[in-house]
Amino acid sequence: MALNKEQMLDLYRQMRMIREFEETVAKFFSQGQIPGFVHLYIGEEAVATGVCANLEKQDYIASTHRGHGHGVARGASINKMMAEIFGRADGECKGKGGSMHIADVELGFLGANGIVGAGLPLATGAGFAAKYMKTNGVAICFFGDASSNRGTFHESLNMASVQKLPVVFVNENNMYGISMSQERHQNITDIADRAGSYGMPGIVVDGNDVMAVYEAAEEAIKRARAGGGPVLIECKTYRHHGHFEGDPCVYRSDEEVNAWKAKDPLPRFANRLQEMKMATEAEISQIDTEVKKIIADAVEFAQNSPVPSLDELTTDVYCD
Amino acid sequence: MAEKTYSQAINEALEEEMRRDEKVYILGEDVGAFGGCFGVTTGLLEKFGAERVLDAPISETAIMGSAVGAAVAGLRPVPEIMFVDFVGVCLDELLNQAAKMHYMFGGKAKVPLTLRMACGAGVGAAAQHSQSLEAFMCHIPGLKVVMPATAADAKGLLKSAIRDDNPVIYLEHKALLGVTGEVPEGEYTIPLGKADIKREGKDVTILAYSMMLHKALAAAETLAQEGIEAEVIDPRTLVPFDKETLYKSIEKTGRLVIVHEAVKQGGFGGEIAAMVAEECFDSLDASIKRVAAPFSPIPFASNLEAAYIPDEAKIIEAVKSFF
Repeated sequence: MALNKEQMLDLYRQMRMIREFEETVAKFFSQGQIPGFVHLYIGEEAVATGVCANLEKQDYIASTHRGHGHGVARGASINKMMAEIFGRADGECKGKGGSMHIADVELGFLGANGIVGAGLPLATGAGFAAKYMKTNGVAICFFGDASSNRGTFHESLNMASVQKLPVVFVNENNMYGISMSQERHQNITDIADRAGSYGMPGIVVDGNDVMAVYEAAEEAIKRARAGGGPVLIECKTYRHHGHFEGDPCVYRSDEEVNAWKAKDPLPRFANRLQEMKMATEAEISQIDTEVKKIIADAVEFAQNSPVPSLDELTTDVYCD
Repeated sequence: MAEKTYSQAINEALEEEMRRDEKVYILGEDVGAFGGCFGVTTGLLEKFGAERVLDAPISETAIMGSAVGAAVAGLRPVPEIMFVDFVGVCLDELLNQAAKMHYMFGGKAKVPLTLRMACGAGVGAAAQHSQSLEAFMCHIPGLKVVMPATAADAKGLLKSAIRDDNPVIYLEHKALLGVTGEVPEGEYTIPLGKADIKREGKDVTILAYSMMLHKALAAAETLAQEGIEAEVIDPRTLVPFDKETLYKSIEKTGRLVIVHEAVKQGGFGGEIAAMVAEECFDSLDASIKRVAAPFSPIPFASNLEAAYIPDEAKIIEAVKSFF
């Protein structure tokens, strides 16, 4: 279905929100205001944005260690996400989860995940639940190229396929598993090829083209909702930053990074919007300004939030 | 009360909970038409259909992981991993996903699943199909661990486990499946975290669970003939653990023998001994004894396996060392 102007500007706004969120996290992380590790989604915004724009209330997403973008795209509270990353009491998880465990189950966001490839069976189960409860929901699993070498990938695709579950497996092929380039970690070029082994369609899309991702996801989700079973979509993309903030990135060349930055999904889509006469430069820069304000407010919210009370240390281990 | 096998009691609990709550479903290898590797799920496919009794591919990771995902999404899965020995191939789903979600998501997610697994030696199944691995599960905050010894407890505890909003590990001893016991008629549950005094006595406390309860009770009968009255306590659940019942008994007897089938080194008996030493030391008149398996894999040959598994004689020997 062709998107109208408002929907297209929303895609841009969402990508900008993720970019601004991540650049802000990078800044405060480098200043030592954020504990632990952060893995940033900069460069991959088109994937989460294009996929999640197709989702409905009853749908689920399972994310990865690089999960901020998925949460933003699913509509999680920007303030609470930021506060969580800062380790504060008003965070999405009361400061007990942090960057790698942000979740909002009410929103169907089953969490970022500290274990590579762990989201695959979780999404499979959420898809099962949607089918079992006849909610017409789908489950999306975001996962990286390196996860496609884990057993969870193979077992989950097989189970989702044989049980015909409404799951869309969205591979974010950013070409590296930490320091291992794809050509060093698997002897295939297209992860989508693996779909054939499980009797499901495998599609390759330009993961830096938000419209291409949107359209591929739209078709896959429609098929899954209609009972057609799972689809594997491979989105070719790239992370501009290292695996984690502070990664010296000795494993890749500046030329490679620059070549991918030239394909940055944000300016690319902004230009396209202008070419299509969907937006003026002024409208785009107005969105940028609005987003900056939202993220700045989120930082203020996070910084003003107290650290968790020590009483919280051993609460929430079990449900009552 | 009717006489039923431990296996029938588990089957009844599954059936009753599936009738009570449509969100309860079973999945596992061969649990459907085959009725489960040990026959525990026999008849459930016919009663509830393939949508609620799912035969899964041999994919423990996907069985366990999808159960976690479905539980977070609102169902109450009862996955079966055929042997507890196989838990290693789905451990991340248990350790890092199921056990931690409630906490790391700030109390907002619930993972109401009951993972059934067969444990225990005594059937010649050797090193990869006979273990008692409860200790490391008790070491993972977020999990509850249930190990019934009798048919009545098996049923009442499984019903509570399925209704619990936390991930519960339910370990059924494969050599107990055919053992019969009195099972109450009608609806009942047994709370998790409540020990049961299976035999009263004044001279020594024997804490034993799962198969070892039966050996402890047999040992107690022999000891009684020699004038030693043992109190035998079955904790029934290891997490949560009912300290109060145990401490009260030790206050009375002053002596404690802990019996489990798992290897002694790093076993849950060590944790119980440490708890007692820290919190109940003044009630003890003697050092704590543990009767458990040696630190080795479980052997195949029948004579070696018999020597490996703690038995009545070893329990009697431990008790007599006090007198």
